This record gives sequence, structure tokens and C-alpha cells, in this order.
Amino acid sequence: MSTVPVSVTVNGEPRTHEVEPRVLLVHYLRDVLRLTGTHVGCDTSNCGACTVILDGAAVKSCTVLAVQARGCEITTIEGLAAPGEPFSAVQQGFHQEHGLQCGYCTPGMIMACTALLSENPDPTEHEIRHALEGNLCRCTGYQMIVNSVRWAAEHPDGVVPESSDAVSSAPSMQGAGS
Amino acid sequence: MIPVSFDYVEATSVEHALALFAEHDDAKFLAGGHSLVPMMKLRLVSSAVLIDIARIAELSYIEDRGDHVAVGALTRHREVEGSALLAEHLGLLAHVAGHVGDPQVRNRGTLGGSLVHGDPAADLPAAALALGASMVITGAAGTRVVPAAEFFVNFLETAVGDGELLTEVRFPKRTGDGWAYQKFNRRAMDYAIVAVAVQLGQNPGIALVNMGSTPHLATAASAALAAGSPTSVIADAVVEGTEAWNDANATREYREHLARVLTVRALAQAGYTS
Repeated sequence: MSTVPVSVTVNGEPRTHEVEPRVLLVHYLRDVLRLTGTHVGCDTSNCGACTVILDGAAVKSCTVLAVQARGCEITTIEGLAAPGEPFSAVQQGFHQEHGLQCGYCTPGMIMACTALLSENPDPTEHEIRHALEGNLCRCTGYQMIVNSVRWAAEHPDGVVPESSDAVSSAPSMQGAGS
Repeated sequence: MIPVSFDYVEATSVEHALALFAEHDDAKFLAGGHSLVPMMKLRLVSSAVLIDIARIAELSYIEDRGDHVAVGALTRHREVEGSALLAEHLGLLAHVAGHVGDPQVRNRGTLGGSLVHGDPAADLPAAALALGASMVITGAAGTRVVPAAEFFVNFLETAVGDGELLTEVRFPKRTGDGWAYQKFNRRAMDYAIVAVAVQLGQNPGIALVNMGSTPHLATAASAALAAGSPTSVIADAVVEGTEAWNDANATREYREHLARVLTVRALAQAGYTS
């Protein structure tokens, strides 16, 4: 069994491992780096639960080999807010506008939305829906997710106006779920 | 789902890629990987060696060449979709590239990869057929140019032979001519159940998605369009020569009906009046 060296920067931290060429990026992130916030949903390039940001672009990490990412910068859901630090604007938007129910699709949704807002900071509802074509949610019916992205666009620093009684920092555990 | 084990090598140029292919038995080229990797995960495809060509920078470009625009085979859908040059001269191509899969897929998938995969359900082959593109194929023996109409040979099989690479696609400019792409699917990201690409102007073309074992150029309908026939005549001719199959999404009859209806819509959208 041959392996190849893979060096990547994940959430700002350089990582190097010998991996089998057939290892998918999502398995490298979850099983090798133990960053289990990135979810495996359909495993067929459809659902978008595994979405991460690779050199600035949203990708489905179940359809990228880890070796294809070597030399690249990867951001996962864990990279948006360190434990105890304030949520990113998109995370806070999902919290404020109840953009999730079961939460399974949420890490991928948030990464896709984060990529959208970095390119288009003030998207219309149509642009949001078009940008989220690759992310399936079976709970919300999407409207609350669209509202969450709009909240983030309107509050780019992620700060909740004083009148709200929201939890505004990340939980003090690694990751957003398993 | 995990692919069967394989060895991985990276090519740094077209010559290097061809040399690596000659060195290894049972090798495949890997570009964006958005057709190949899913098929390898499903174990429909396996290969002893993958030759990664995705970082060959010389194959990623969109260039104005006077009467045509040349697109490097490794140009990603996202770049085709957002190209101002293509929007001006080849609106159909830019639009269709923006309707492949979803944004994540378009960030990785490449024009050449989609064409070489030869999937009858894919969007871009229909655009290449309707636009009368030319495929530049490079192998050890040199370079040859194959018209899109002769490129798609059989199911998932193209004119690109073993040890050859599709390196460039040339699209004759269609500046100012009407075009339309009508795609019928259930979810935004899905493959088309049927789609119709129409390009008006000189050498007009109509091409169909998912109406047989290969991407399909509707020759009779394209000829009727060139002759200025009424829309109803073109729509009736569009299913000539198709061999659509029955599957969970649609019967052959339903697909033929869709092809006619979408042709009428596409012609109207493109501004065809006759």
C-alpha cells in the first residue's frame, strides 16, 4: 500500500501526514485530524454536508481526494470561531434566525454561506438560493436558512444588537458536532 | 464509499502527463475529479494509477483568437461561467457552465473533464455540439482536431484514445446571436431529465441532453432551423435519431415529449421568430 505525503494548512495550522491516495478529504479531516464538525451526508456529491472552503472556494470534501488538496488552505466549521470566541457572522445568523433544526446539514450550509458572503457580501434572496443549490436541508424548508444569511449580510461583524438575549459565543468544546 | 487502492502521480506538463501514461499500465488521468472520483467511490471504475493533471497551468485559459475563443481543457466551470469574454461572444457556453451541478461542483469540475467523460446527461457536451466546437486532442503522435459532432462516440466514450489528452476546445464566436438552454430537472443540482441547447445565427445548432447513449446533436432539427422552418416543424424534427431510454425519472415517450416542448421554449427564449 503506497502512501503520499500531504501537507495542508487547516484552519491556519500547517499539517503533514502520509496518506493513501484513495483517502477522501472528508475522511482525512474527520479521521486523521479528528475535525468531526465536517459531516458525511450522502457521500455522493449531492447533499453538501461535507462542504469546506478550499483556497477560498466551497468544495464537497467527499469528492476531493486528500492528495488533491496538498499545498492548499482549508477552512472547516471549526475554523470559524475558536472555543470561547464570538461566533462568525454566519454562525450568529443561523443562531439568531433559527437556521437549523436537526443540525446535520448545518456545518456544510455555514461553510457554503461563508464562501458566498466572502464573494458577494450583500446577496439577494435569489442569489442566496442559487448559491445554496448544492446543500440539502430536510428540516427547515430553507426559508430560515435564507433569513440567516441575510442576517449575516446585515451584521457583517456578527454582533447581536443589544436588545437580543442571544448566546453569542461558541461552546467551549472542539467542533460543532460529530 | 472508498475507492479501490491506486497509486498517484502528478504531471507538471502535457508532455509529462503523456510520458507518465506511457510508463504505467492501467493509468487514468485525473482532472477536477468530479466525474471520476464519484465513479471510483461507487467502484464502477478502478485504475492502478491516477495521473493528476489538474495543476498543469498551461491548460487553464480562456483566449480570444479572433474568429473563435479557445478554452483550455482544465479551465474550471466556475471560470467559464464568470468569463466576460465568453459572456460577450458565447453566452450559451457561459450560461450552461453556470448550470452544471452546483457551486461546489463548478468550483472543481473542468470543461475538458466534463467533455471527455462523455455523459449523455451532462450539460456542457450539448453546448459544445450546438456551438459547433472543435476539440484539440494531443497524444504522443501529435495534435489532431475533431469536430464536436464526431467527438461523442458511445456511452461515456469519446474520440480521445488511450494515452491522449483533450487539451483545448475552440468555440466559433456567436457575438450577438440568440441562444437558450432549457433544462428540465427535479432539484436544482440534478442532472437534466432532458435539456435542449439552441444557438441561432450562422450555422445554428440544436443539441439534446439525455436523449440517448451519447450527447446528441439534433441534425434534422438544426437543418430545419438553418432553413428558417416554423418552430413546430423544428420541434417535430428534434427527436429524429434519438434513442432515449426509460428510467425511474421518465419513459422514452415522456422524454420525447419534453424534448419537443423544451425546443419550442428554447427557440422562443432565443428570439427565433418563424
